[in-house]
Amino acid sequence: MVNLGDFFYTLGMWLQGLLMRAGLSESAARGVFSALVAALLPLLALLTAVPLIWLERKWIARLQDRMGPNRVGPFGLFQVFADMIKIFTKEDITPLGADRIVFALAPVLAVAGVVGLWAVIPFAANAFGVDLNVGVLYLVAVGTLSTLAIMLAGWSANNKYALLGAYRTVAQMISYEVPLVLSLLVPVLLSGSLGLNGIVAAQREVWFVFSAPLAALLFLISSQAEVSRAPFDLLEAESEIVAGFNIEYSGMKFGFFFVGEFLHSFTMGLLGATLFLGGWTGPGVDAYPALGAVYLILKGTFVYFIFVWARATFPRIRIDQMLDFNWKLLTPLGLFLIPLLAVVNRGLSESSLWLRNAALLGANVFLAALVLIILGTRGRSARMRAASAAGPAASRR
Amino acid sequence: MDNAWAVVGIFMIVAIVLPVAALIMARLLGPKKPSPIKQQTYECGVETVGESWVQFKAQYYVYALAFVVFEVEVVFLFPWARAYGQLPFFATLEGALFILILAVGLLYVWRKGALEWQ
Repeated sequence: MVNLGDFFYTLGMWLQGLLMRAGLSESAARGVFSALVAALLPLLALLTAVPLIWLERKWIARLQDRMGPNRVGPFGLFQVFADMIKIFTKEDITPLGADRIVFALAPVLAVAGVVGLWAVIPFAANAFGVDLNVGVLYLVAVGTLSTLAIMLAGWSANNKYALLGAYRTVAQMISYEVPLVLSLLVPVLLSGSLGLNGIVAAQREVWFVFSAPLAALLFLISSQAEVSRAPFDLLEAESEIVAGFNIEYSGMKFGFFFVGEFLHSFTMGLLGATLFLGGWTGPGVDAYPALGAVYLILKGTFVYFIFVWARATFPRIRIDQMLDFNWKLLTPLGLFLIPLLAVVNRGLSESSLWLRNAALLGANVFLAALVLIILGTRGRSARMRAASAAGPAASRR
Repeated sequence: MDNAWAVVGIFMIVAIVLPVAALIMARLLGPKKPSPIKQQTYECGVETVGESWVQFKAQYYVYALAFVVFEVEVVFLFPWARAYGQLPFFATLEGALFILILAVGLLYVWRKGALEWQ
C-alpha cells in the first residue's frame, strides 16, 4: 500500500526492497540507497540552477519595471537553455603563462563548494542527503571552499587585475564570514543541536526568526556579502572596468563561476529557511511528511526573493564602506548578541515556551534599539561637526 | 554503509566529477583555435606592462588575521553552544565572558586603526 503522503520514505523503502530481493543484506541495501541519494543530489542541485536563473532574471526585470527575457520560448523559459548552449560551445582560452591545472580546478571547486552544502539540508522529515550531527560545522567548512576557489582563480590567471580582484574579493568574503558564523551559532544556541535536522525539529512551535530576528537579519546580510551579491558585488559587477578575478575565464569555466554564484545565493536562501524559518515544518507535515519539501522550497524561494529584491533596490557599496560595515557594525553586533541570547535562554530554560521566546525577542529588540541609538548619536554628532565646519550660515538651518 | 561521512565522501566526489565532466564535454564541443593574440593577458586592450604578480598589500594580511582570530573563537564556541543547556548556569556566564574578552580585542584592533582600508 503506497502512502503518497510520505513519498520519500515510501520511495526509499521500495528501492531498498528491490535491492534486498536482488540478494543484498539490509544494511548493504541501506548503504547502496544512501550512496544513490548522494550521487543524485548534486545533479539535482545543479539542475536547480536552470529555473533559478530564469526566475531571478524575471524578478529583477519586473522590479526594474521591464519585461525580462520573453523571446526564447513562452515567457522566456528557454532563455537559460539558450545561454547554456552558448556557453558550452564557446572556445576555452587559457592565457599564456597561466597555471593550467589550478586554472581549470578553480571553477570546479567553486561549484563543488556550493553543491556540497546540499548534502545536509533536510528537505523533509526523512528526506535528506546525510544526517550529520555536526551539520552546521560542515556548512561552514564546505562553504569556505568557494572562497578558496576564488583565490586560486585570481592567482592562476597570470593577470594582475585578476589577482587584485581576487585579493579584494577574498578579503570581503573572509570578513563577512565572521558575522555569518556568529549568526549560525544562534540556531545552535536556541535548539541545542549542531545538526540541521535537530535545528528544524526544534522549530516546531516557534520559528527562530521570531525568537531571534536580529540573528536572522545578520544571516541575511552577511550571507549576501559572502556570496558577493549585490549590493556587495563591487568586485565582479558587469559595469566595473575589469570583471575581477574571473576576467580570463571564458566558456564553461566562466559559466561555472556564474552558476556557482547563483546557486550559492539560492542555497543561502534554503539555509536561511532551514535555520530561521523552520525548514520543512508547517501545517500538515505530521500527517503528510512529503509536504515538508514543498514548504522548504517555498520558504527558500521567499528568502531568495528578498535577496533579489535587495539586489534591485540598493546601490553598490564601496569596498572600504563594506569592510567598515562588517568589522564595526556586524561583528560587534554578533559578538554581543550571542552572550545575551545565551544568558536569556539558559536563565529561562525552566520557564514556559512563550515566556522564553518573548524574553529572547525582547533581548533582540533591546539590542537593536541600542545599536540604532548609538548609530543615531554618532550620525548626529558627525552631521553637527560637518555643519559647524561649513560655517555659521549653514548651521543656522 | 552506516557511516554518514562515507556518504558525504561520495557526495563530494560526485560534486567534483560532475563539473569536470561538463568541462570535458565543453572542451569537446567548443572550437579550438588558439592564436597568440587570444592567449595574451587582458589589460583593457593595451599591451601588458610589468610582471603579473603584484605586491601583496599588508592590509589584506590584517583582515585575514582578524578573520582567523574570530573564526577560531567561533569554532571554540560551537561545542559550548551545543552543550550550555546541560551545564550549570555558570558555564553560560563563562562562555559569555570569553566572547566579551574577544569583543574587547576587536575594540582594540579598531582603535589601533588596523581596520581602516588602505
